[in-house]
Amino acid sequence: MVAGSLAVTVALNGLTLAALYFIVASGFSLIFGLMRTVNMAHGSLYLIGAYAGYAVFEPLYDRDVWWAWYAGVGAGIAAAAVFGLAMQAALLGWMQGQELRQALVTIGVSIVAADQLLAVFGGNSRQFFPPDALFGATELPGAGRYPTFRLFQIAVAVAVGLGLWLLLNRTKLGLMVRAGVDDRPMLTALGINVPLVSLAVFALGAGLAGLGGVIGGSAQPFSQGVDVRFLLTSLVVVIVGGMGSIAGTAVGALLVGMAEQVGQALFPTYSVILTFVIMAAVLALRPQGILGRPA
Amino acid sequence: MDLRIHRRALLLGATGAAATATAGLKAPAVAQNAPVRLGWLATLEGPFATGGQDGFRCMQMLLEQHNNQAGGRRIEVVRESSNAQADVALARARKLAEQDRVDMIIGPLSGAEGIALRDYSRTLAGKTIVNGSSGASDTTLRNASPNFFRFSTDGVQWMAGLGNHVRRTMNVEEVAVLAGDYAFPYAQVFGFSLEFCRAGGRATYLFSPLGTTDFSSIIARIPRSAGALVVVHGGTDGLAFMTQYAQAGGNLPLLGGSVMADQTMLSARGPHRRIMMGMVSAGPLADVHEEPSWKEFVARYRSRWLNEGGFQSPSIHGFNYYTAQQAVLMALEQVRGDLSGDQKAFQAALAGLRFKNVMGADLHLDHNRQAVSDIFLNRIEERDGRAQTVTFGRTPQVNQTLGVPEAQFLALGAPSRDNTGCVAAS
Amino acid sequence: MSGGRPSPAALASVALLAALALLPLLIPPFWTANIFGRAFVYGIVAMSLTFLATYGGFVSLAQTMMGGVAGYVAAVLVPDSVPSLVGGVPYAAAIPVALLAATASGLLVGAVAVRTQGIYLLMITLALAVGFHLFAQANIAWFNGYEGIRNVVGPEVFGLPFRNTFVFYYAALGSAALLYALVLYVVRTPFGLVLQGIRDNPRRVSALGYDAALHRIAAFGLAGFIAGCGGLLVTFYNIGISPGSIGLGPTVNVLVMCVIGGLGHPIGAFVGALVFTLFDTFAADIYDRDRFNTLVGAVFLLIVLVSPDGVLGLAKRAVAPLRGRRRVGPAAGAAPNTGAPLAAEE
Repeated sequence: MVAGSLAVTVALNGLTLAALYFIVASGFSLIFGLMRTVNMAHGSLYLIGAYAGYAVFEPLYDRDVWWAWYAGVGAGIAAAAVFGLAMQAALLGWMQGQELRQALVTIGVSIVAADQLLAVFGGNSRQFFPPDALFGATELPGAGRYPTFRLFQIAVAVAVGLGLWLLLNRTKLGLMVRAGVDDRPMLTALGINVPLVSLAVFALGAGLAGLGGVIGGSAQPFSQGVDVRFLLTSLVVVIVGGMGSIAGTAVGALLVGMAEQVGQALFPTYSVILTFVIMAAVLALRPQGILGRPA
Repeated sequence: MDLRIHRRALLLGATGAAATATAGLKAPAVAQNAPVRLGWLATLEGPFATGGQDGFRCMQMLLEQHNNQAGGRRIEVVRESSNAQADVALARARKLAEQDRVDMIIGPLSGAEGIALRDYSRTLAGKTIVNGSSGASDTTLRNASPNFFRFSTDGVQWMAGLGNHVRRTMNVEEVAVLAGDYAFPYAQVFGFSLEFCRAGGRATYLFSPLGTTDFSSIIARIPRSAGALVVVHGGTDGLAFMTQYAQAGGNLPLLGGSVMADQTMLSARGPHRRIMMGMVSAGPLADVHEEPSWKEFVARYRSRWLNEGGFQSPSIHGFNYYTAQQAVLMALEQVRGDLSGDQKAFQAALAGLRFKNVMGADLHLDHNRQAVSDIFLNRIEERDGRAQTVTFGRTPQVNQTLGVPEAQFLALGAPSRDNTGCVAAS
Repeated sequence: MSGGRPSPAALASVALLAALALLPLLIPPFWTANIFGRAFVYGIVAMSLTFLATYGGFVSLAQTMMGGVAGYVAAVLVPDSVPSLVGGVPYAAAIPVALLAATASGLLVGAVAVRTQGIYLLMITLALAVGFHLFAQANIAWFNGYEGIRNVVGPEVFGLPFRNTFVFYYAALGSAALLYALVLYVVRTPFGLVLQGIRDNPRRVSALGYDAALHRIAAFGLAGFIAGCGGLLVTFYNIGISPGSIGLGPTVNVLVMCVIGGLGHPIGAFVGALVFTLFDTFAADIYDRDRFNTLVGAVFLLIVLVSPDGVLGLAKRAVAPLRGRRRVGPAAGAAPNTGAPLAAEE
């Protein structure tokens, strides 16, 4: 079939999948890092981003506008960010510190969101079509023709990673976030407007989920049910890598993405279980995750 | 949908006795005026929701045509929906039968639900379940239940003719079969392989779990020696596979399972459309079929539903639910609406029905109350500016064992990942 | 609370049990089996979570899975199931084996999760549950994959089939009452007191010389047994079991039941299960059937926002002013800290 050795293809697939997982899970990790909120609606944010982006993308694509896809990306990020913002402002902010209750609230939100998305958008699968420059195949040594968009996914993930690193290490907001991860009460004591910082971080994390929705929805079709898949993946990635650590998220994403693809190539039937085995093993042996700091 | 739904919480009276089935026994004389209560059960939640909605659309269209009457009695509908899970379908069916007191249920939509309802129907003396669109062969083939009827053909039957077409007409010796790793694709793969391998073909099987959307590793494992691909994925999985296969520059001839060449797939846009042109599939219906009754049905469907969320042409689920309700209405006419005597006469009428479905295919039930009917070979062509399936071949009167003697067919075992039905002719 | 004369709570429990025993005389069979009977069997699974959450502070999402272990073991063993994987083992032998397996699965989950707490525990149990669900879905040899195992009809009781409305109802009620009593008993034993100690202050418990880890694992084992009883009854009720019975949906539903009813007392699980069953059955009449999940999600959300200790908490607050100063011990004399698992941890 399409030239290229299986091993190289599988490795590349693992890498590109890891890139997508990193984009989505980094938002989850960011939110947890500062607020200790386990956002069980993170998958819903992914799906909201995908559907909202698609709603903007489709009519433009029909009119053959070259920026249709970019508009979709923007809309997806914006919609997810706004939804996340609203969630933090209306529901989660005032129960700060009650981790379990927050998790339950977000479970409730995700149940309602999934059902409303079904009501509005129906059950059909959809897929974005990025500009031709990104959509074709690229000739790669050792792998033959490889989908360009998957390579682009890696670029986006690297950009997100760099962006987050700069944000956390070079800006005032980053300073506050990092301080908050280490010692939350201290942040309040220093007179910083923690609720405002929390809102900003929540919007950022949700926006990343929305970005992931559009990117993921361009690489593979999406439909109802994808929210659960990406919530679970985010959970696993972040737990394996270490909650609240961006570097840990990258490690976790790599491990999970690779495991999934290698598993699919070697033992397709049970490959889906592999990620959960990894997660259970990490939690049992190193509860704080590979790069996480002890609680 | 603006269908009037009548629900009465019949909480009055009914105390004591465990028998929930006495409703049908009461005074047949009165029953002539009382409406027939019909329970509709389909999947309206989750990823299969579009199929369930289309089932309801087609049944509603049929009832409107019949003025909500059959056999001199008014038809009253109670709708319920499940989420394609057996437990949920069972809970809904229990509510329909025991709380809403419907006389019969038309449903469900998916395989595992069908088997659960088949088991439940055994306890429902005096009521009837007519399968909606579920296609697992075991529902009627093994442990059939006396009051469970299926007027649609099953997943194995739907593949009739495809194996011979690939081996004999296309002259392909080896294929790669890509299928979902659950019961429905197993049945389809089984139906295909049975014919194909008997005709001397060889196949490599690549199963992937339900919900797989990243097929790149699978695509990389397609053997170079394969002369064609048989793709038995539905919904999102199917779309994902096709898109990625097109992206990877794949160019083998494609053959599809019965839900592959579905309107949901054809109406989605993207690179998969290029490679899907010319794809051959088999199934009980097609978008374009030169049969007056089908043309009329499609025209009716489009004028009724195109502006209310319907597809360009009825889906396989819509077609199956429609046929099921057609049978119910015909049987009701035959017994003049008389459901007394534990519906024995009504059930006998159902079992004895012989009619042409809207595709113009003769249809009757076998001894397991399973449909025997025609299966069509379809090709995807550009018609009226959009991709549509067009019939070009027909396998008449396909039964549940594809013509293999039943004992021999049963001895092959139930279709599964390890039992693909690929046995060479001896 | 304890002592010679029966407490008001105990009297109330007996009265409630008597009322429930007579209930089938007053309501139609559909309500007997498919509202109350169903609520009891799912309530048992939910109670295994309430037990862990209320007395140990462990919010586990693996309870549906433990019930599923029992259901699958029984389905594999008993006669007449389709497909017959082992088959032929009479119910009298299959049921104890199934419960043993569920208990073992509980112990295993407890052992794997022994070092995690709070939100991490929620996530590891979720991962285990989803992993098991996916495994059951993929494995043909033992679980028959996606289709699961059907026609698990349950044992005959006095010559009557298990799915007879009344046999099922009284089996469900009896099991629920016995397990409820078991939980109330256990939490007053030294074991139960240590468990509550772990919830409140694990360090102190360890300092007192108790092995906290061992107690935690044992608590999960007991929860596994309870969930197993529920899971068996659920399997008989559903005439079979499939991966869909133990997927994410049912797993979250059990949590929803517990939270709606109220984490804080085992009775909350049954209250929650009843409310949930009513919603599930009559959503079509209340609201649009198609949008059932919106309704349930909204109710769940409302409960978590307004009354984190569930319907029980609402009821308690409604009753409290009427009681005035005379403070009778908490209902049935159990944990005083209603809604502990949801309270602030920092």
